[in-house]
Amino acid sequence: MAEDPKLQPTVEFRPEGAERQDEDRREGLAGEPPRKTEPRSRSAGAILKDSVITALIALALSGPLVGLVMAPGPSKALEIQQRWAPVVLIVALVFVGRLLLNLFVWRKQPQGRSQHRTAAVSPRPSLPAIGTFATPLLLVLSIGLPILVIYGAPDQSRYVLGVGTLILTYVMLGWGLNVVVGLAGLLDLGYVAFYAIGAYSYALISTQLGWSFWICLPLAGLLAAAFGVILGFPVLRLRGDYLAIVTLAFGEIIRLVLLNWTELTNGPAGINQIPRPSFFGLPFTAGPGGFAATFGLPYSTNHRIVFLYYLILALALITSFITVRIRNMPIGRAWEALRYDEIASRSLGINTTNVKLTAFAIGAMFGGFAGSFFATRQGFISPESFNFMESATVLAIVVLGGAGSQLGVAVAAVVMIGGLEALRNLSVLKALFGDNFDPTQYRLLAFGLVMVAIMVWRPRGLIADRRPSVLLRDRKPAGTSGMGAA
Amino acid sequence: MGAVAEAILKVEHLTMRFGGLTAVDDLSFQARRGEITALIGPNGAGKTTVFNCITGFYKPTEGSVALGQSANAFAGLHAALAQGARHSPGGDLHLLERMPEYEIARRARVARTFQNIRLFTGLTALENLMVAQHNSLMRASGYTLGGIFGLPSHRRGTQAALDKSAYWLEHVGLIERADDPAGDLPYGAQRRLEIARAMCTDPLLLCLDEPAAGLNLRESEELNQLLRFVRDQHGTSVLLIEHHMGVVMEISDHVVVLDYGRKISEGVPAFVSSDPHVVAAYLGVEDEQVEQATGELS
Repeated sequence: MAEDPKLQPTVEFRPEGAERQDEDRREGLAGEPPRKTEPRSRSAGAILKDSVITALIALALSGPLVGLVMAPGPSKALEIQQRWAPVVLIVALVFVGRLLLNLFVWRKQPQGRSQHRTAAVSPRPSLPAIGTFATPLLLVLSIGLPILVIYGAPDQSRYVLGVGTLILTYVMLGWGLNVVVGLAGLLDLGYVAFYAIGAYSYALISTQLGWSFWICLPLAGLLAAAFGVILGFPVLRLRGDYLAIVTLAFGEIIRLVLLNWTELTNGPAGINQIPRPSFFGLPFTAGPGGFAATFGLPYSTNHRIVFLYYLILALALITSFITVRIRNMPIGRAWEALRYDEIASRSLGINTTNVKLTAFAIGAMFGGFAGSFFATRQGFISPESFNFMESATVLAIVVLGGAGSQLGVAVAAVVMIGGLEALRNLSVLKALFGDNFDPTQYRLLAFGLVMVAIMVWRPRGLIADRRPSVLLRDRKPAGTSGMGAA
Repeated sequence: MGAVAEAILKVEHLTMRFGGLTAVDDLSFQARRGEITALIGPNGAGKTTVFNCITGFYKPTEGSVALGQSANAFAGLHAALAQGARHSPGGDLHLLERMPEYEIARRARVARTFQNIRLFTGLTALENLMVAQHNSLMRASGYTLGGIFGLPSHRRGTQAALDKSAYWLEHVGLIERADDPAGDLPYGAQRRLEIARAMCTDPLLLCLDEPAAGLNLRESEELNQLLRFVRDQHGTSVLLIEHHMGVVMEISDHVVVLDYGRKISEGVPAFVSSDPHVVAAYLGVEDEQVEQATGELS
């Protein structure tokens, strides 16, 4: 670390609080895993030894985890069965992979290392460049997807659009939580509570009062926002870990209330026959007066699926649009200021209570919108759908995507949700590991691997660069924008 | 002392106890309008505690801290104290010990900096100054709603805030680095940026906690110029804590010396620097002299 002069001056005057965490994070970025600091040009023996050690570690881990299985034996009692073929395969893969990495990848970077390190300190310049064309690309792709699959792969369209809708739901949830976690820096582990409140508000209002989706949607959002404020009040004084624990508890409380308040929520049986959304009053039915008949189209069940897809796409885009707008406004800057230093914010006359409450309320509102969409799409909801795993998934999407980055969150949602879905279908693996191999059982393993990988290579998330909310050089004539070291 | 300017800040019988420790003990002093008042004293004398009481980060155990925004504001001080009100009926006198810290910055217009710089490190220098103008920007943006719909008042407000930010960046010599993250600036520049950020709140009283700490000779000379500029061009009164005697003696109009939470001397810099109590507090004295000095004080 000593050879990088840029890091030196800040070390003596180490700031406090969030700044300090930020610096620690940067240093974490610059720090290397120990193996990489070894001398580069190693003998064949050292490489072999390294690979063998890694393979032994893989053996020690996969032996008990993969090699031994509890299964009912001939006498119907549980007994331990052995299967060593996959273990051998895993160990061999690790050995060869490590060998190849040693030979071809890590070897070639003796000089490249130091450059790589400085690049890691300031966010890599290549990524924002990717961002400028990835955003429109993703947008066009997401808008064109229904047309693409309906004409390209009609038999798969239901499934693909279903997955697309699921991903977009998580994108929307991620963007909503991004307001609270990414911008205001308030770690919220109970975000699913607002999702549940939105879903139940929609379900109850529409089944009990019979109001249409377009009235229930804003109502559900407002109710969720109100609960965001209710949660916000008691936790205003809390920060960091303490806040995380209270929000976690809040998420569980909401789930338990939904489970036990049988008169209102029907308990574990949930609420079914939730009205499906109509196309602005036209139901998606086969008969006259339906969507297909009115527009003179042949009736197809795809209409509703495509409509739902575009509905969540629109909701997600509205979420993003509003978030981006707010970020460039005083309240958005106050959120970010709060993340860096709450005491300094207060010394500048910012009422941090209000700022936190708006962050909670707006994040909760988007969660509520997503919840009512979920309810109308499923037609059935129960407390089962709103467990802690959902909160954790959404939080993982925000953190892995890069807290504060809209594109990062979207990409992370595609990778996490879409990736898990893809694993479900990897029949290739079946051919490799035998018919008894069920890839879905390894989904969480893969999930964990992705998280570890991202945290090792991009500890601040996929897209960690921050775009300033306002720039002076835009407003001034060229020539005054002489920038120092960025 | 020459023509005595009227007070802007009156601290009366201020006492702050932390459990059994009395950090500030029955302290009374004034800061005068349009002047630079320095608060000095050895380490642990209670200077920062006084600051935190004035800016609302601590609630004093006893005593009052009153800020008068106009010449005759203090006439209502005793009435306000007796009523238990936060502000005088005219609204130009504020009892800071009764107000939350963000109200002190917003209504009483007292701004502060911190001993260990507290910038928003990830935000750019410009954004730091924009955050300081939060309240006026919120009003201009119609509490965000007007901003979402792009009302002209929001655009005008933003432009005005940008102009003010640019003005202060220019004056602290950071205009070239306006769009760099504040955390990437050199130490001296961060100190200046923090002062600029405090000035962006349009304060009547600017409280600086050791602004010259860690600055080199040239930088502290620049700081002196900046503080004179703030006082002379903007009419902002300055209250500063400083250990750097070069700065204190050169720019202060009035010096208050604290030791063990008590005021041991007060006056113009030349008087204070030759006061035997001050010399004793800073350099230490023989035991008899301490007894003699404490006898005089009590």
